[in-house]
Amino acid sequence: MVDTKVMLSGLTLDNPVIPASGTFGYGKEFAEIYDINILGSISFKGTTAEPRLGNPLPRIAECPNGMINSVGLQNPGLKAVCEKELADMAEIYNKPVIANISGFSVEEYVECAKAMDKQPQVGIIEVNVSCPNVHNGGMAYGVLPESAAEVTRAVKAVTSKPVYIKLSPNVTDIVAIAKACEEAGADGLSLINTLLGMRIDINRRKPVIANKMGGFSGPAIFPVAVRMVYQVAKAVNIPVIGMGGVSSARDVIEMMMAGATAVQVGAANLVNPYACKEIIEDLPKVMEELGIERLEDIIGIIE
Amino acid sequence: MKRQILKLDNIKELQKGIYSMTLIGDCSEVNAPGQFVNIQLDGFYLRRPISIYSYDENYITLVFKVVGEGTKVLAQAKKGDTFDVLLPLGNGFDAEKGGNKPLLVGGGIGVPPLYSLAEDLVNRGITPQVVIGFNSEKEVILADEFRAIGIEPVVTTVDGSVGVKGFVTDAMKALDYDYVYTCGPEPMLKAVYDAAPEGQFSFEARMACGFGACMGCSCETKYGYKRICKDGPILYKEEIKW
Repeated sequence: MVDTKVMLSGLTLDNPVIPASGTFGYGKEFAEIYDINILGSISFKGTTAEPRLGNPLPRIAECPNGMINSVGLQNPGLKAVCEKELADMAEIYNKPVIANISGFSVEEYVECAKAMDKQPQVGIIEVNVSCPNVHNGGMAYGVLPESAAEVTRAVKAVTSKPVYIKLSPNVTDIVAIAKACEEAGADGLSLINTLLGMRIDINRRKPVIANKMGGFSGPAIFPVAVRMVYQVAKAVNIPVIGMGGVSSARDVIEMMMAGATAVQVGAANLVNPYACKEIIEDLPKVMEELGIERLEDIIGIIE
Repeated sequence: MKRQILKLDNIKELQKGIYSMTLIGDCSEVNAPGQFVNIQLDGFYLRRPISIYSYDENYITLVFKVVGEGTKVLAQAKKGDTFDVLLPLGNGFDAEKGGNKPLLVGGGIGVPPLYSLAEDLVNRGITPQVVIGFNSEKEVILADEFRAIGIEPVVTTVDGSVGVKGFVTDAMKALDYDYVYTCGPEPMLKAVYDAAPEGQFSFEARMACGFGACMGCSCETKYGYKRICKDGPILYKEEIKW
């Protein structure tokens, strides 16, 4: 029997597979087709203080081996998430969840973190400083070490739960930002968010996405994600959740060898709603094939 | 929703660039006309959402138009090819709400989902009136299929090459109805919306997952945001914000 358990800031996950925020809603659509309690955890849809309608349509563009989305943090707002969505989620998922929060000001991040701190089912707060789809917020905080650190300090001051900062790949030096978050007290890091991308409909001579640009995800970005997880994990002493194009049990193992303690699965859920289930079922087989007894043993083994 | 592997039984070209394709396998969960499937194609990352033209528990027939690279590949499929399909998706039309004098209005590639609704209504003892609009005679599809179930559709063409010259709304003026079921391009839906007292409107949107997870196709309604893929594709007149 192989051991797929991993430890993440004091939480023991049955396996490292976590659906990524924004690709799994609050779990409801997936619970209709499989028992989602097999998941290591769930990072639910990003929450902002106020309800957000999101960006105009179209919000989706196809790419070779991937997709661009420009949803724009559509969510029902902090109050509805805490009162309704989390209660509904508790009915279908009985493990600690990851609360992904976003903000347009440091105060908004603080407000969201304070509310999530009071939710018993929230195991980790994941602070999104890297959404490419909203102006004057989101990614703006994640592109400079100083502002990423400022958000980290402010959130850490109002919660006793582990705080993970979700980093943007759309920066010149992700390691510097990762280190700044670590110094500011982050308990862990999540990376990478989507890469800023764009497609043009050459027949209509217009961008495919109404907002022109959006976040590029899917298997096409996996090598970029592995590289950044490797660089960041080597440079910091806090756990890293690796994500970006993960689609198979082999990708999970590759991401962990690069330095990830747990792994999030994003776009794959949208093309194959059984993606996480299949990865979790395949993981022990692939581990046996590769002679891995304990998954934790391979974290960051690449020198 | 389930994922099924379905096998292509036959494919034929109804008009230039418009195909009808029957897939066989477990389709028992399809439970309302107007639902759609999301079909995986080799070489493309995202699935392609396509509405269901007719169905029973062992098959679905899809009618689609070649509009891009994905549908071009789909049109080249051969008997025996298998497809990974998510189905059924979407709410579908509610045939019970239409009263005794329903009118079905379809435009172009929006006509197919109305056929299984017509069949459903006929089985309930209601013969609906049907208006189907196209740009020209060369694009007319499914008129004979409606005739085969006892409905004489009013055909309209923009260029007047067959039927009533003009838009579906021009033909609607002469008809007596109290409820509309419609599917077609958005400008047509808007025109029907303005003319109809009440009814059900089938919308189209670019989507990723097709089952309500990604929020890629959300639109604003009078009762908040709705996902075209999961809460739609059929929206009711009273909730549409136009």
